[in-house]
Amino acid sequence: MPSALPLGDPAPADGVLPAQAAEGASSRKFSLYAHIPFCAVRCGYCDFNTYTATELGGGASQAAYAATAAHEVAFAARALEASGVPARPMDTVFFGGGTPTLLPAGDLTSILAAAVEQWGLADGAEVTTEANPDSVTRDSLQELADGGFTRVSFGMQSAVPHVLKVLDRTHEPARVPQAIEWAREAGLKVSVDLIYGTPGESEADWETSVRTALGYEPDHISAYALIIEEGTKLAGQIRRGLVPPIDDDDHATKYMLADELITAAGLGWYEVSNWARTPEDACQHNLAYWRGDDWWGIGPGAHSHVGGVRWWNVKHPTAYAQRLDRGESPAAGRETLDAQTREVERIMLTARLAEGIEVASLPPAGRSAVAGLIAQELVDVRLAFAGRLVLTLKGRLLADAVVRQLLAD
Amino acid sequence: MSPMARTAPVPAATDPAIIRNFCIIAHIDHGKSTLADRMLQLTGVVQQRDMKAQYLDRMDIERERGITIKSQAVRIPWEVDGTAYCLNMIDTPGHVDFTYEVSRSLAACEGAILLVDAAQGIEAQTLANLYLAMENNLTIIPVLNKIDLPAAQPEKYAAELANLIGGKPEDVLMVSGKTGVGVEELLDQIVRELPAPKGDPNAPARAMIFDSVYDTYRGVVTYVRVVDGKLSPREKIQMMSTRATHELLEIGVSSPEPTPSKGLGVGEVGYLITGVKDVRQSKVGDTVTSLHKPATESLGGYQDPKPMVFSGLYPLDGTDYPVLRDALEKFTLNDAALVYEPETSAALGFGFRVGFLGLLHLEITRERLEREYNLDLISTAPNVEYEVTLEDKKVLQVTNPSEYPSGKIAEVREPMVSATILAPNEFVGAIMELCQSRRGILGGMDYLSEDRVEIRYRLPLAEIVFDFFDILKSKTRGYGSLDWKADGDQVADLVKVDILLQGEQVDAFSAITHRDKAYAYGVMMTGKLRELIPRQQFEVPIQAAIGARIIARESIRAIRKDVLAKCYGGDITRKRKLLEKQKEGKKRMKMVGRVEVPQEAFIAALSSDESSKDKSKK
Repeated sequence: MPSALPLGDPAPADGVLPAQAAEGASSRKFSLYAHIPFCAVRCGYCDFNTYTATELGGGASQAAYAATAAHEVAFAARALEASGVPARPMDTVFFGGGTPTLLPAGDLTSILAAAVEQWGLADGAEVTTEANPDSVTRDSLQELADGGFTRVSFGMQSAVPHVLKVLDRTHEPARVPQAIEWAREAGLKVSVDLIYGTPGESEADWETSVRTALGYEPDHISAYALIIEEGTKLAGQIRRGLVPPIDDDDHATKYMLADELITAAGLGWYEVSNWARTPEDACQHNLAYWRGDDWWGIGPGAHSHVGGVRWWNVKHPTAYAQRLDRGESPAAGRETLDAQTREVERIMLTARLAEGIEVASLPPAGRSAVAGLIAQELVDVRLAFAGRLVLTLKGRLLADAVVRQLLAD
Repeated sequence: MSPMARTAPVPAATDPAIIRNFCIIAHIDHGKSTLADRMLQLTGVVQQRDMKAQYLDRMDIERERGITIKSQAVRIPWEVDGTAYCLNMIDTPGHVDFTYEVSRSLAACEGAILLVDAAQGIEAQTLANLYLAMENNLTIIPVLNKIDLPAAQPEKYAAELANLIGGKPEDVLMVSGKTGVGVEELLDQIVRELPAPKGDPNAPARAMIFDSVYDTYRGVVTYVRVVDGKLSPREKIQMMSTRATHELLEIGVSSPEPTPSKGLGVGEVGYLITGVKDVRQSKVGDTVTSLHKPATESLGGYQDPKPMVFSGLYPLDGTDYPVLRDALEKFTLNDAALVYEPETSAALGFGFRVGFLGLLHLEITRERLEREYNLDLISTAPNVEYEVTLEDKKVLQVTNPSEYPSGKIAEVREPMVSATILAPNEFVGAIMELCQSRRGILGGMDYLSEDRVEIRYRLPLAEIVFDFFDILKSKTRGYGSLDWKADGDQVADLVKVDILLQGEQVDAFSAITHRDKAYAYGVMMTGKLRELIPRQQFEVPIQAAIGARIIARESIRAIRKDVLAKCYGGDITRKRKLLEKQKEGKKRMKMVGRVEVPQEAFIAALSSDESSKDKSKK
C-alpha cells in the first residue's frame, strides 16, 4: 500500500466498529489480509509501506513480527465480537508486502495458524502469499504448502535485465522458472506479476516478458502499469531527467499487446489488470476487494473494510507494535460510508470486473449514460442489451472515464 | 541652510508672491516618492513618528509597485532669507497610460523638478513629460537622485540633462532622497528659481481641477489650483463644462492631512468637497467658477478621457458575476477613464467589455479587482477600437473581435500611436527590428548623449498592446523605455481570425490581426491550445480560420488510457477520493461543443507569458 494514509475520522482505541458494520454480516464473505512490511532492498518505484531489515527494532523487528501480527489477530477477533459482527470462516487469506517471504516460512504459517484458530477456514479457501523469486527455496515453499498456503504470487515484473535494473529488482531472471517449478511440486497454484511501461522498456522487451511469463504456464497473471509515485527514487530520477517520463500511449499499446498474448495462451481477463486460466484460478482475495466483501487487514498501514466501515492502521511498524502492546487498536483513522458513498464505491469497483454491473442496479444518471458508452465502444453492446455492463478492451483502458460517466451528476 | 518655517502662511490669506507651485517629473523607481517623503519630513509637515515609506501613495498596490497612480497635492511651509514661503507639491502619476492626468498636474504648476536616477539616466516617459512641461513653459529644475548609489554616474547624466533642457551640467542638483543629502538646497532652489503664480484676485473665480478622488466617507474630493479670484466655504460653485452647480461643503489644503480653511486664493492649491459621489461629476481638466459671479471663459485644455485598450473581464466562477458588476461600478466612482458594458461569451459566460487608457491601467484595475473583491478573473487578450465601414456605408465601432462583421467590409481603420523609445545605442538594431515587425514607420532618431538614443516610431496601437513592452524590455536587457501617445488612425488590411475546436468557434480566442500576421496568430494559438487542452476520448481538431478558409490546424489525439491499474492493497478510500477529485475537476471545465476545456487553458492561452510560465513549471 502507498505511504500516505487517507484523512478520516478518529478510530477508538478499543477498535469497536459503528453499528452498520454488523448489519447483514452473516451473508457477506470474510477475508484476511496480512501486511509484511519488510524488503531486502527498497525498489526505486515502490512507495509501499515497507522497510529494510536494518531500519527497525523492538516489536517491529523482523524477528518479533510474527508475534506482533498474531496479537492483532487476537485483537481483531475481540473487536469484531464486541461490534456484534459474527465470526465467519475466512474465505481468502492474502499475505502481501513488502516481501512476505523475507520472513521464515514458519513465521508466515504461524500467523496463518493464529488466524485459523480464531476464525477457521472456509471450504476451498484460497491462501496466497506474495513472493520474490529469490527469497524462496524448495523447502520454504513446501513448508508454506504444508502450513495451509494454496497459492503463491511471484513478483517477476519483467524478464528483461535492463528493465529489472531500472526497477531495482535484484533477482536473476532464470530464478523465476526454478521457483515456479518448486511451487508446483509443493502443490501451490502459481501467479506471476508483471509491470509494464518501465522507462526504457521497448515494446519488444514487454513482449519478451509476457511471452516468457506465459511460457511458465502460470494459473494467473497480473499486469500492472508502472505508476510513478511522488517521493520515490524513480520519480526523482524522472524529474532530474535521468530517466524518461512514462507515456500513457505506451501503456495503452502494451496493455493491448499483453491482453492479446495472454488471451491467445488461453487465459481470460476477469479484472482490468488480471487474467486467470479458469474462473476458479481468479484471485478470490482480489475479487473480494472489488466486490465489497469484508476483510480485516493486519499489519502497519493495512486497510480493512467491514460493512461499509473502512479503516487503516498506523503506518510505522514501531508505532504499530506499541499500540498492540498496550492492547489498543492500531487503527490511525476510519470512515463510515453512507448509503450513497457505498453505491459510488460499488459502481467504481465492480465496473472493472468482467462480471460487470447490472444495468438495472444503476442510478438513473448511470442508466442514461449507457447509450453513450455503447456508442463510444466502451462497453460490450451485446451484453449491454442483455442488461449487463461489461467493458470492452477499449473500455478497460478508459475504465475511470466510464465510471465518471456512470456517476455523472 | 534654511530653517524650518516658524510660521506657516495661512490659506486664503497668502500673497501669491510667496507661493511656489511645483511638481516632480520622474520615472517609476527613480525615487520620487522617497524624495517627497523626505521633503515632508524636513519641513516638519509630517512628524518623524508618523512617517511611513511613500506617504503620498495611498493605495497598497501603489506602494507595492512603487508607482503613483493618482496624484495629490501637499502644502509645505519653507523659510528662505527670513521669509516664510508656501510650497505646493503636486504629485504626478508616473506612467504612460496617465498622460492626460500628468498634463493637468503640470498645468497647475509654474515649475517642475526633473528627477532622474543618477545610475540610470532619463527614461522615455520622463522625457515625454519633460517635453510636456517645457511646452507648458514650466521652469525646470534638473535633479539627479540616488547619488549615494555605488553605480551612480552623476557627471554622465548631468551632461545628458543639461543637453536636454539647455544649461550647464554644474547646475544640476545632486540629491539623495534616501539619506537626505541636497534636499534642503533643493527646497531653497524651488523658492529662488520658480516664478510666483500670477492671477487677478478681483476677477471671477477660476480654478482648474487637476485630480478628483472618491472617498467612501466624504464623497468626491476634488483637487484644484486657483488661477483667478477666490473660493470660499458654503459658496455655490459651477463646473464650467457641464454647468452643474454644487455647494462647497468644505474647502481646505492638504498638509498632508486634509485641513479645512477659510478658502483658497490666487495661486493656491487645495481641495473641495461638494458631496458628489462620482468623479465624473468633477472632471479632471474642468474649470470651477463661482455661481454668483461666474467667469465667462474656462481655463481650457479640458478633454474627456478616451479608453484606448479593451479587454473582456470574466469571473472564473460564474456566480461571482454580480460581485464583479458591483466592483466595476465602485471603481468608476474613482476612475473617470474606466468604461464598461456587459457582454456574453459563449466560452466564458457573462462578463464585461472594459475600456482602459492603456495596458498598465488594465493590469492595475484587474489586480485591484481580484485583490479588493476576492475575485478570480479571466481577461481576454486586449484589443483596440476599430472603425469598420461596410459597403453600404454603415460605420461600426468594434471593440470586441466577436462583433467584427463578416464580409461586405469597405474599409477598416485602426488607431495609431507615436511611440518614443529610449535605450543604449547598442540596442538600436534590435529595437528597430521589433518595431518594423510591428508595422512601424520610423519617424526619427536622436542621440541624447554619446551612447543613448531616442527612437521615434509611428505604430498601430494594436501592435503594442499585447506583448510589445515585455519584448522591448527583454531585447534591451531592461534598459529600453517606452512612451506613446495617440496619433490618429490609418486604413489597414485587417482580418478576423477565428479558432475552432472540433468545428466549433470559440469566441474568446478570436482576434483581429493584420492579414500578413493572421497565419502566425493561427499557428501560435492552435499550438498553444494543443498543449493546454487535455486529451479527450475522441480526436479534437483545432483550426484557425479566416471566414471559411482554414489557415492553420493542429489536432489533439484521442486519449487511450484513463485507468488506474492497481487497487493499492485495499486502499479503496484513496481510489474513491481520486475519483471525487476527478469529478471536481470536470466541474471546472467549460464545454465547447463536446470538448472539455479547463479554465486554466483559457487563462494560459490568453496571457502573453504563457510559454515562459509553462517552461518554469516543467
